Amino acid sequence: MIVKKIIYHLSTINYKIMKYTYTEKKDTRSGFGAGLAELADTNPNVVALCADLIGSLKMEKFIEKAPERFFQTGIAEANMMGLAAGLTINGKIPFAGTFANFATSRVYDQIRQSIAYSNKNVKIAASHAGVTLGEDGATHQVLEDIGMMKMLPGMTVINPCDYNQTKAATLAAAEHEGPVYLRFGRPVVPVFIPEDMPFEIGKGILLQEGTDVTIVATGHLVWESLLAADELEKEGISCEIINIHTIKPLDEEIILKSVEKTGKLVSAEEHNFLGGLGESIAGVLARRRPTPQEFVAVHDTFGESGTPAELMKKYQIDAEAVVKAVKKIIERTK
Amino acid sequence: MVHAVNSGHPGGSLGCTEYFVALYGEILNYKLPFTMEGNGEDLFFLSNGHISPVFYSTLARFGFFPVAELATFRKLNSRLQGHPTTHEGLPGIRVASGSLGQGLSVALGAAQGKKLNGDNSLVYTLQGDGELQEGQNWEAFMYAAAKKVDNIISTIDYNGRQIDGDTDVVLPLGDLHAKLEAFGWLVLEEKNGNDLEAVIAILNKAKSETGNGKPVAILLHTEMGSGVDYMVGSHAWHGKAPNDEQLDTAFKQLYLESPADY
Repeated sequence: MIVKKIIYHLSTINYKIMKYTYTEKKDTRSGFGAGLAELADTNPNVVALCADLIGSLKMEKFIEKAPERFFQTGIAEANMMGLAAGLTINGKIPFAGTFANFATSRVYDQIRQSIAYSNKNVKIAASHAGVTLGEDGATHQVLEDIGMMKMLPGMTVINPCDYNQTKAATLAAAEHEGPVYLRFGRPVVPVFIPEDMPFEIGKGILLQEGTDVTIVATGHLVWESLLAADELEKEGISCEIINIHTIKPLDEEIILKSVEKTGKLVSAEEHNFLGGLGESIAGVLARRRPTPQEFVAVHDTFGESGTPAELMKKYQIDAEAVVKAVKKIIERTK
Repeated sequence: MVHAVNSGHPGGSLGCTEYFVALYGEILNYKLPFTMEGNGEDLFFLSNGHISPVFYSTLARFGFFPVAELATFRKLNSRLQGHPTTHEGLPGIRVASGSLGQGLSVALGAAQGKKLNGDNSLVYTLQGDGELQEGQNWEAFMYAAAKKVDNIISTIDYNGRQIDGDTDVVLPLGDLHAKLEAFGWLVLEEKNGNDLEAVIAILNKAKSETGNGKPVAILLHTEMGSGVDYMVGSHAWHGKAPNDEQLDTAFKQLYLESPADY
């Protein structure tokens, strides 16, 4: 259902009172592909590796522009991670791409020792994350990757919410000194983040101001949260929506500032509630400002085959789930 | 070093001493002070990181860091961690190793990076034979030959032993020479891996074979615990520290001064 709203124009765009809309849907992995292709032209040190999934990772454009800077590793992800680590020694900035499950659980020790502990400037490009991978099913639908990656010291963990943000994140990752885990998805989703919205690693974005509840969302759940907020507004509930694209390092201040106002929080992510964004937030709140929190996340199960929309509904990580969570937290805190 | 902290891996370290002396004394084209990039230099990666004692000793004696620092091995706050790492900034180390099977992949990435940069220096790795039971090595072997990474020389410490016994008892490696050749590598073999002149010669031979479209491997036959009679001929000294009396005996056999003077 397309939500048509008027965009308010100010002398400078005020993202906090903007109404978000979209005219097209694109997959976030294409945003990665676009960012990588741009880097082929602008940064000669950027190289790319892929484990037999060029099409899925949208790497064709990069390969066309810089074939000598592309390394096809075949179905050998452990070797790929090591190769990427070795390439950084000569000053290269490698983007190593595969599905998110193959980029994490499959090769955790390789990332831990050869990349994280060795402080190598590798950018892990992890596509098809979460249940929205769809019909391939649970063997491929990783819901633990944010957890695994955030627990590695020195690893920056980013989960952008749309095509534009993913492209911006890719460019930012290339500039960043240190290993980065960049996680994005398979299906086409609304493009709603303005192309010129600044992207800074580690900085949350206040998308919408509100007074009754703080919603903090990442990845595909950001658009779902905006939809939910529209629904809730009809019932007189005012939602403040924060987009956290960088789960680690987490922008604690933007979250704390918001809960000072609202006193309650709903976190939303396409990930197991164990080890994801929600738990990171809960940790911060518990330490600094204990606040009641509801988790929109997969509740410690594996996924299954289905369409992205069906799966988001069944596993309760869609707008409806956010609406329910907001009403629940309001009930809890009456 | 191992005795002082009562932990570490003396067996493999002694077995590879000649390799390290040959490499850093004669073969490797390196510069000091150490830089991570090593542009225009040969690089070395230790994949079987547990033989850090001989790696650190070599680096210290060839000027990468002060010899006195060797006394801090495995101690709290030391740069000489139990297994090598870049984490504390110890000169001479370019990647952490210890969890086996990863070093060759990293070395291949560095080798391909050199080619991209038009740098025709070489990359050397040392791997254990037991270590080759780890599958990632074979991903790397396959890749190196397929992509014609011919500026790499991988040496296998072919001592036939591992923690739980002889490799032939634990998990036989089969005909390693034939396997590596089948994977597309040019394979050299040296039976006297604890003879310094022989090791220098085989490394020079390997060097002469690089740049011909095939990666080069050396099967280096060594004895764990070489030079110390109670360590040779057994897998027991893979990861055990000698006691005071054993240390004394070892020093005498290796023609060294007494431990107290060292």
